[in-house]
Amino acid sequence: MTVSEIFDTMDYGPAPESAAEALAWLVDGGDRFGHFIDGKFTDPADGFDSRNPATGEVLATLTQATQADVDAAVSAARRAQGKWAKLPGHARAKYLYALARLVQKHARLFAVLETLDNGKPIRESRDIDVPLVARHFYYHAGLAQLIDSELPGHVPHGVCGQIIPWNFPLLMLAWKIAPALAAGNTMVLKPAEYTSLTALLFADICREAGLPKGVVNIVTGDGAVGEMIVAHPGIDKIAFTGSTEVGRRIRAATAGSGKALTLELGGKSPYIVFDDADLDSAVEGLVDAIWFNQGQVCCAGSRLLVQEGVAERFYTKLRARMETLRIGNPLDKSIDIGALVDPVQLATVSRLVDEGAEGGQVYRAPGPLPDQGCYYPPTLITGLSPAATLMQEEIFGPVLVGTTFRTPAEAVEIANNTRYGLAATVWTENVNLALDIAPKLVAGVVWVNATNLFDAAAGFGGVRESGFGREGGWEGLHAYLKPDHATKVLKPAPAHKKPDEPQVTDPLDRTAKLYIGGKQARPDGGYSRAVHGPRGAMLGHVGLGNRKDIRNAVEAAHAAKGWAKSTAHLRAQILYYIAENLSARSDEFATRIRLMTGQNAGLARAEVEAAIARLFTYAAWADKFDGAAHSVPIRGVALAMNEPVGVIGALCPDELPLLGLVSVMAPAIAMGNTCVLVPSQPHPLAATDFYQVLDTSDLPGGVVNIVTGDHAELAPTLASHLNIDAVWSFSSTDLSRVIEEASAGNLKRTWVNNARTRDWLGTAGEGREFLRAATEVKNIWVPYGE
Amino acid sequence: MQTEHSLTGAVTALPQVTHSRNPGMALDMDWVKSVQANTSAIERRCATLPGRRSVKKDYQAAWLLRAITCIDLTTLSGDDTVGRVQRLCAKARQPVRQDILDALGMGPIHTGAVCVYHDMVPTAVQALAGTGIPVAAVSTGFPAGLSPFPLRVQEIRESVAAGAEEIDIVISRRHVLTGNWQALYDEMAEFRAACGPAHVKAILATGELGTLRNVARASLVCMMAGADFIKTSTGKESVNATLPVSLTMIRAIRDYHQRTGHRVGYKPAGGISKAKDALVYLSLIKEELGNRWLLPDLFRFGASSLLGDIERQLEHHVTGAYSAGWRHPMG
Repeated sequence: MTVSEIFDTMDYGPAPESAAEALAWLVDGGDRFGHFIDGKFTDPADGFDSRNPATGEVLATLTQATQADVDAAVSAARRAQGKWAKLPGHARAKYLYALARLVQKHARLFAVLETLDNGKPIRESRDIDVPLVARHFYYHAGLAQLIDSELPGHVPHGVCGQIIPWNFPLLMLAWKIAPALAAGNTMVLKPAEYTSLTALLFADICREAGLPKGVVNIVTGDGAVGEMIVAHPGIDKIAFTGSTEVGRRIRAATAGSGKALTLELGGKSPYIVFDDADLDSAVEGLVDAIWFNQGQVCCAGSRLLVQEGVAERFYTKLRARMETLRIGNPLDKSIDIGALVDPVQLATVSRLVDEGAEGGQVYRAPGPLPDQGCYYPPTLITGLSPAATLMQEEIFGPVLVGTTFRTPAEAVEIANNTRYGLAATVWTENVNLALDIAPKLVAGVVWVNATNLFDAAAGFGGVRESGFGREGGWEGLHAYLKPDHATKVLKPAPAHKKPDEPQVTDPLDRTAKLYIGGKQARPDGGYSRAVHGPRGAMLGHVGLGNRKDIRNAVEAAHAAKGWAKSTAHLRAQILYYIAENLSARSDEFATRIRLMTGQNAGLARAEVEAAIARLFTYAAWADKFDGAAHSVPIRGVALAMNEPVGVIGALCPDELPLLGLVSVMAPAIAMGNTCVLVPSQPHPLAATDFYQVLDTSDLPGGVVNIVTGDHAELAPTLASHLNIDAVWSFSSTDLSRVIEEASAGNLKRTWVNNARTRDWLGTAGEGREFLRAATEVKNIWVPYGE
Repeated sequence: MQTEHSLTGAVTALPQVTHSRNPGMALDMDWVKSVQANTSAIERRCATLPGRRSVKKDYQAAWLLRAITCIDLTTLSGDDTVGRVQRLCAKARQPVRQDILDALGMGPIHTGAVCVYHDMVPTAVQALAGTGIPVAAVSTGFPAGLSPFPLRVQEIRESVAAGAEEIDIVISRRHVLTGNWQALYDEMAEFRAACGPAHVKAILATGELGTLRNVARASLVCMMAGADFIKTSTGKESVNATLPVSLTMIRAIRDYHQRTGHRVGYKPAGGISKAKDALVYLSLIKEELGNRWLLPDLFRFGASSLLGDIERQLEHHVTGAYSAGWRHPMG
């Protein structure tokens, strides 16, 4: 077109970013790449093509890792780990700082390579992905610097296996590698097979930074390589970002292995627009929510909820905005929507929409699609009910589904009507409404009048089936650290045997019952078992709880969830009151412990005193486990709020029947959780005595439920229960594998002892480790300014 | 007589004839009160826009030429003289060196208007006779708008009588700051009536309105009262045209058009001095309002030094060498 013609049409014209430098880098590598193991690239071997999804062209040939490759990478990481962890934090900080600088120096190369490989618009890789990567390394250089002074008593896990997705290849690499390095771990990372190129370029800059060999190892390949990493006995921690389906498999595969695990999985995040919102800005926000990275974003605002009174106006504005989205060559600087990552993904999105759109009104942006490449038009589907598949399932494409609501309460109800819980967005000009709604949304991240804001200083991660663990911020660092406790193998603690001749110490029968919903309840099965002392004395009977008792207890725990909304001050008062009432009966409890366990009187008394002190500890913590206002680079705040996990099921330690129960109960309820406790299996009577203490301490019914019984029988029920949010096990029966396997059903959080002891009387028996397990960090981003 | 409008603007055209004027409507307080403007979100949109749209090579040259046709070439100085205004009008008639236009394959272009104080209107009208370039007069006690109301209305009438075809009025900021929307509406309606056939641009002085919400509401009220254009600033406030203010105002224009069918023009004024900024403004308008608003009947830059930078960029485009200011005739 001539200048004078353009003067008439006012078209944008092409504005291509040059791919020359990135292509030259590939050519320099021979267009074939091996793995990065022990500081060197291996020779390229059999593998697969990496293609540009915008054109279908082959960019390079990559190597499919074999078991031997993975073994070599894990060995290299293992060899490097001790020395890396022993470096002062400052030394690790210098390496992280160097990586940050190198990412910035090669910023455009990274951005172009990412766009070639992934299909995302260059605007995004250049302005969002790569700057966030550099920021992540800078931030974690700082954490490495501070870790020695700020987190004493913590050690790295060791060797981490990290498996990352294709939607933000380099950014997810940074989110995995930076905190792991800061904390002193070494790693074997596997990028997604569609998008490994920037990881290989990153390997190059690790060499430039002089990172000790073996600290970062990168192996390429498909899911089979991921499985090798997950199953590898030489790996201490798995961190995975990807689909919920694969996350569930990893949970099951790592069950009982003792590997730590964090999962960042899928989402169907609600995007709520109230009628007093700045509608134009909320429409623009949707561009960043669902048409960012072609909608291939785990936290995409993919479920639009609009208040009914403004819905039609909002949809009209939204459709008009969709018309100006520009789809095409991702390397063009004026492109909003690039290519989906692969023909397979394009087929998946197409199929989901074709099969699921029935009953809804489908609007597709009218612009033409390029003739070739994996393009899908921005799509809005309105009029679907919450029951529709597309309202429930993650599409992972540029497809928005919309529905309406009437009231704030209904908005919350619809928003939370999902298996996922990653992110949520709220638009309103009413600060009262925003700050009321944000805590009620089941999500790890909430954005107020904004969406898809990310920063290294703020934790990111989900609840429910969106996974567990946080990435970013101090909270994310803990995913790569563990408390440095000395432990031993925990031997099973058997119940004392019944003697040949029945012995009755007290002819007045006292039958301990279950404690459910603040009431004593007979076990559903109608069975009980005798509890004997070490010399056979019959101390009483205890109910044998079964799965129905667990069901009832969980229902009672849910009915008591108002506890989470009670003030921390009130929770503290009640914990103090429990301590007070326990103290009044300390002789009785000491005697009970002595008779059950055979401990001497002094130790039994010490256990009671420790339990009273522990109640004080968590009464103290109840109103002091503060959240944070993260220093994120916006005019606004990211409020990291510690929220209760929900309903916690716990198998209490066998060895200390009172202190063990109190040690798991008190942090749980101090943080606002409700719980179902299965007390010491061999010595349950301290717990059944204890419910009388609870009964007299103003604790609302259902906040603590006690189901006595067989740990091995009750653990699977607790762990597979889809309405329990976390299961802890400190049982001396090794149930770690059973619990972690069964927890995959709803991906509840688990905290198991892996058959290791814990010093319940010492510092390992209380503190922040327990509080962190009892809470989820929710980051609420509130930009402000008038 | 006005010539027929050409989309290219290369032929002399008066903007008034290309679409029906905004007749205004009754003040709708429900609508005004419901208007929201979220500052952070608006700023984010503006901050990312330059990275989302890029205009290069011939496209950039064409866009810059279009920008020139949308400039209200302005002098509003106490030391304006007949000679100074005549010189400015000459520049308005031929804003770009002929050899550059020839190299670009472009016919003649001129700026959107010349904008002066009332006393300079006859001079400008005479200097622009036969060109089709309208003369705009700032009015109503510009820039503060605090002279006696009858005098402000009379000032409009005299400027129209002197040949001004466009009147840039200033609103009473205090009506906005005190939420007296009825007073703002009445004032605007009276100014509009006084303009008669001349087009009226309502200067909101956004730098003095405190909040974007106020900017949005003031924009809407002025359109309801019949403004043909809404304009950011006098150029005399400490903060003049900004992208966030512009986005707020053009979204108000879009809403008004959607609900009433009437198109109102937009004029950012003050502080836009670089060709690159002009491109961002044009892409903002294109994105939010569409191509129809990229013509001088619906879009103007209030600018004095912008033209010089565009001329240098155009010469650079033609020659490949960076240009110098003295190579281009001054206005």
